[in-house]
Amino acid sequence: MIGGGTGGTLAANRLRRSLAPDDAITVIDADDRHLYQPGLLFVPFGLAPAARLVRPRAAQLRAGIDFLQSVVEEVDVEADQVVLAGGERIPYDVLVVASGARLLLQETEGLTGPGWGERVHTFYSLPGAATLAGALASFAGGRLVVDLVDLPVKCPVAPLEFCFLADWYLQRHGLRSRVQLTYVTALDGAFTKATCNRELSGLLARKGVEVVTEFATARVDAAGGRLVSYDEREVGFDLAVVVPLHGGADYVSRSPGLGDALGFVPTDGGTLQARVKPNVFVIGDAADLRASKAGSVAHFEGPVLARNVARYLGREAPDAHFDGHTNCFIETGFGKAILIDFDDDLEPVAGHFPTPIGLPLLRESRLNHLGKLAFEQLYWHAILPGREIPLVGSEMPRAGKRPQLAPPLLQTEGGTR
Amino acid sequence: MTTATYAEREVSLDAEGFFTDPSQWDEAEAPAIAAAEGISPLTDRHWEVIRFMRREYEEKGAAPNVRALAKTSGVSIRELYQLFPKGPAKLAAKIAGVPKPVGCI
Repeated sequence: MIGGGTGGTLAANRLRRSLAPDDAITVIDADDRHLYQPGLLFVPFGLAPAARLVRPRAAQLRAGIDFLQSVVEEVDVEADQVVLAGGERIPYDVLVVASGARLLLQETEGLTGPGWGERVHTFYSLPGAATLAGALASFAGGRLVVDLVDLPVKCPVAPLEFCFLADWYLQRHGLRSRVQLTYVTALDGAFTKATCNRELSGLLARKGVEVVTEFATARVDAAGGRLVSYDEREVGFDLAVVVPLHGGADYVSRSPGLGDALGFVPTDGGTLQARVKPNVFVIGDAADLRASKAGSVAHFEGPVLARNVARYLGREAPDAHFDGHTNCFIETGFGKAILIDFDDDLEPVAGHFPTPIGLPLLRESRLNHLGKLAFEQLYWHAILPGREIPLVGSEMPRAGKRPQLAPPLLQTEGGTR
Repeated sequence: MTTATYAEREVSLDAEGFFTDPSQWDEAEAPAIAAAEGISPLTDRHWEVIRFMRREYEEKGAAPNVRALAKTSGVSIRELYQLFPKGPAKLAAKIAGVPKPVGCI
């Protein structure tokens, strides 16, 4: 297993339970710091201390799983071997690629130069989120711009959540009237799922967040305080929060045949097998799937991957199929959140999750916010150990969903939007 | 779903004007689709991107987004924006008769 993050950890733990005791499982990662990534969103607003989000990777793995701290140089797919940075070769019967996505700052001009960490920030890394907390605390007003450079990114709703929380934070500090808050995105809407886009666009408008769409960021000019697009449009800023383009792990690009142009691994979205060879499986953000790069996706992929790996080792054809199930709590500020739950076939719809009695879907509620907060404990104690969560299986539940109904319209001061 | 006629052939389009059935496309239709999007005439460089887009779709079952297009086609993002202003991947996909490139959402 390459990668001891969300996908690698939960997959290793599931496999340890289902495989024979003499089947050896090794998890390889470059460091021993497991980051609770959903917590990054809260760090800039002083809502989560950075130190709380990190725990040792090895401690999240069941007994009987070896943890090897090492940099992977490449995968020799032909020889079924992982090559470590020192040249050592680790042979495998099955490889699980779980090395996630990383930020490609160098793909956008200006993100690695002067001004980075001063006027231009990201909350997509722990140091970045911590630095941004300081910048926000001393922000006296002006233009705050949140820029989604391009897909794919981890947790595509997080940039929107950042806007909602920034609105809340600035109001709480009496600064909102002195700040022009703008969301700049490469997409043609706030979100690409139609029903959800309508709901989230309405919320942005209600919170006074200006939206600039189809803006493909070519350059971030920190000194001049402006974003410049490939088609020569400009958006000025005093403080910019940038979500950089993502790519797969370095070693994927160095491994012949394994990755695509951005270093993601072409994967069969059903069986979770890499297209390069049937004994290579992929879980989580490392795959090139259409499904969101999100922890919930890795969680729902877990049982499918574990079953198919076990069947492969037993010389049987993989028969479990991932449906693209995704589940996101979208924090909207002021102690509320929206919950969405969808798969490859069904867009986010109204109703309740996971049964007709449960958390409200596609609607702001306090209950969903509490769900989001409770998720941190669930993550360490149920998701990573690869336990089943009552009522929430791998397949997307349909019982509480009401796809026949249009999503509820948001009530605003001015009437119905 | 709507229909349109390009080069005397009736084709099915989705709400945003992308082909719902890529097999209804052939190269003769491309100039008419491009003209409707304000791109005329199609240069050799346009054709390079359109044919690349078509091949990628046929091989991988999905159209690449602009970053992947730039990395794999050999045409830089900046030039892609000159050739297909506003949204190179979307426009090239539309002219190549393949579904809209989707990101990972």
